[in-house]
Amino acid sequence: MLAMAIVSTRMIRLQHAPIDVAEVIREVQSPASGAVNVFIGTTRDHATGRSVRSLNYEAHETMALREVEKIVAAAKERWKVDEITVVHRLGRVDVGEASVVIAVSAPHRAEAFDACRHVIDAMKQTVPIWKLEEFTDGTSEWSGQPSTEV
Amino acid sequence: MNVKIRLFASARDLGGFSVRTLALPANATMEHVWKYLFDIDSGFHAWRGSLRFAVNEEYVTGTVNLKDGDEVSVIPPVSGG
Repeated sequence: MLAMAIVSTRMIRLQHAPIDVAEVIREVQSPASGAVNVFIGTTRDHATGRSVRSLNYEAHETMALREVEKIVAAAKERWKVDEITVVHRLGRVDVGEASVVIAVSAPHRAEAFDACRHVIDAMKQTVPIWKLEEFTDGTSEWSGQPSTEV
Repeated sequence: MNVKIRLFASARDLGGFSVRTLALPANATMEHVWKYLFDIDSGFHAWRGSLRFAVNEEYVTGTVNLKDGDEVSVIPPVSGG
């Protein structure tokens, strides 16, 4: 799977290939961890009241990796966790597929939950990744900019 | 001096290019980049409050002095994650 990564560090990557969630979980597991928390963001079949066929992700790849690294480093500083892996898709992601997977391992579950939630919330604010919503009627729009119809 | 301008997502659709090298005065700031965008498409005016810029892959705010070789990325509202 790593061979399919566009740009990556070991634990943070962007890839066109579908995400192997079990593999992501294995990456963070360790004997020292009592908990693994996983967030899976999936493509939803509706957005702003319209029917979605797929999402199509674009990124400023190198900057996106840097921003995710900052978020992960901050999370490791703030919570006692062992490992954090973040994998985000690029390109087309069909309804029901995982577009992003974040796995956090920690000695205790409270920190795993909190750190995992923080990472996805922070990613949605700063990471230069954009999703093009591809609707079932054949039109598409960049999310968050309803006035810009492609 | 020359700076490289990169447009992403909806900004690319509006501006009509992915990457372009721009010749600017030696004391150029981000305002020069804004003016360049407005001249391409006045639609960028409406985006002034929501577009962000990065210089060499770091977000910047306010008045930014550019230097030769800088890469300016035009970052519309993000929607990853």
